Amino acid sequence: MRRRHPEVFRAPVVERCLSLAIVVGGTALAIYTLWRFGFSPTKFIDGLDKLGIVVVLMMPPDPGSQLWHYVSALAETLAIAFLGTLGGALLALPISILAAKNVVANRILHFASRRFLDTIRGVDTLIWALIWINVVGLGPFAGILAIMTSDFGSFGKLFSEAIEASDRKPVDGVRSAGGSELHSFRFGILPQVMPVLMSQVLYYFESNTRSATIIGIVGAGGIGLYLANEIAQAEWQRVAFIILMILVTVSVIDWVSSRLRLAMIGRRAGAGA
Amino acid sequence: MAKTLATLPPAQLAPLADAYHAAMAVKRRWTVGGLVLLVVLTLLSAWAGQVDLVKFWAGLPRFASYFHDIVPRLRFETFAADMAEWFWNFDGWLALLWDTLLVAYVGTLAGAMAGFVLCFLASANLTKSTPIRFIARRSLEFCRTFPEIVFALMFVYAFGFGPMPGVLAIAIHTAGALGKQFSEVVENVDMHPIEGLTASGANYVESIRFGVVPQVLSNFVSYSLLRFEINVRGATVLGFVGAGGIGKELISSIRQFYYADVSAILVIIIGTVFLIDWLTEMLRHRLLGIVGDTR
Repeated sequence: MRRRHPEVFRAPVVERCLSLAIVVGGTALAIYTLWRFGFSPTKFIDGLDKLGIVVVLMMPPDPGSQLWHYVSALAETLAIAFLGTLGGALLALPISILAAKNVVANRILHFASRRFLDTIRGVDTLIWALIWINVVGLGPFAGILAIMTSDFGSFGKLFSEAIEASDRKPVDGVRSAGGSELHSFRFGILPQVMPVLMSQVLYYFESNTRSATIIGIVGAGGIGLYLANEIAQAEWQRVAFIILMILVTVSVIDWVSSRLRLAMIGRRAGAGA
Repeated sequence: MAKTLATLPPAQLAPLADAYHAAMAVKRRWTVGGLVLLVVLTLLSAWAGQVDLVKFWAGLPRFASYFHDIVPRLRFETFAADMAEWFWNFDGWLALLWDTLLVAYVGTLAGAMAGFVLCFLASANLTKSTPIRFIARRSLEFCRTFPEIVFALMFVYAFGFGPMPGVLAIAIHTAGALGKQFSEVVENVDMHPIEGLTASGANYVESIRFGVVPQVLSNFVSYSLLRFEINVRGATVLGFVGAGGIGKELISSIRQFYYADVSAILVIIIGTVFLIDWLTEMLRHRLLGIVGDTR
């Protein structure tokens, strides 16, 4: 069969060359990078060796006398994630309406709000934290504001996409029954997008719990400050304890939020049907 | 004619209306309960997070003036000279940014390779052995729970300052994140080609190579490109903890109040992120298009 229909078995020449070029180019770039960064196997093995020693020193995890400091810092971390996500979502709702093509049909406004959101998202949460520290000083409040700012950018985009994906027909229905612009949004679009928005907010809360654990590295509150300090002082047992605490907290939050998400979507879907 | 639209007789209508009100009341109770919970949690968090609205209000003008301060003075008549002064260290920053991009690139590549190997072990349809699957899944979870900067902190301690710890940190986080996404793709593949291959005598690796990989490759590449975008952003801050790239310059200029430098570096970073987003999006669309054609 292969002899009778050779053209079926041979990939087009151009495509083959292209994939070969991608592989060769990608590998070359990787090798160049390793060369540029002065990567050497002996150094790498030395590092791994040191890392192994660190892992051994971590056993057993032990908070020392710091347990309550860690617990309160972890509570602070959760507060940062919660308020940051909530604030970001509340702020993002109005602008996402502006950025949605099907609600506000003004191209300039649409374009401007999209680029504005892109710019905010282009800056990492940690950079926002540094900027907010200049405004409200060191502490968790700066962390809340940082997460709020970067979530504002992400939510604005996600919300406006959800609104754009909503069905046009309920809006037409509300309109034809004499509803105003506001009515058509409240009764035509909002019920459709609400479950989607809620589940996105919950998803971001999970992800922000992780971000909030590190925001303390630059001094914006939460457990990150302790983590960075204990690593700097090579208190490996404490580091291991903090890492375990974060692991447990994050998985509890993930579990709760996924249950909540399912319940919410299920209930809304049931109410709608 | 309007009479034909008459409502139901009251006897039939009453139970329906009651049911409606009852259903609405349940819904309303849920909403009110949810709102109360939300408010309680908000107040608790505000207390734990030391929210101080007075301080915030007092500091807010400083936020605006900060942005005012970091924007350099550009005059029309001396525009070129002002720009040159603003980006005085352009070549140096570009070199650091190139480092950042390479950290993200190699980190994503290595992480994607590790994720590629692990995702098959974590997929329920390909790996029947529960212990192997459990170990694969838990290790992926461990890798992605911590933001890369936590790994970077520890690797800086073990490997010394420089971009190498950054590469490793990104690789580990990426392996965890991509491994999970990959395995979700793998769990949704069509099992028929694999059954066919197994029936004609293929072993585990061969059945994956010819049965699974052709189905999932385009998705894998698309996810990897998305992850590369994310990693470029992540790599810009790895320098904060000494793991290479532009972040080191950024944090030192923010800490030392070199205002014009802060804005110059931010402009460069945002521009690069835009460019990378745009390029990868184009590549992704192109890739999905090509695969769609040949299928």
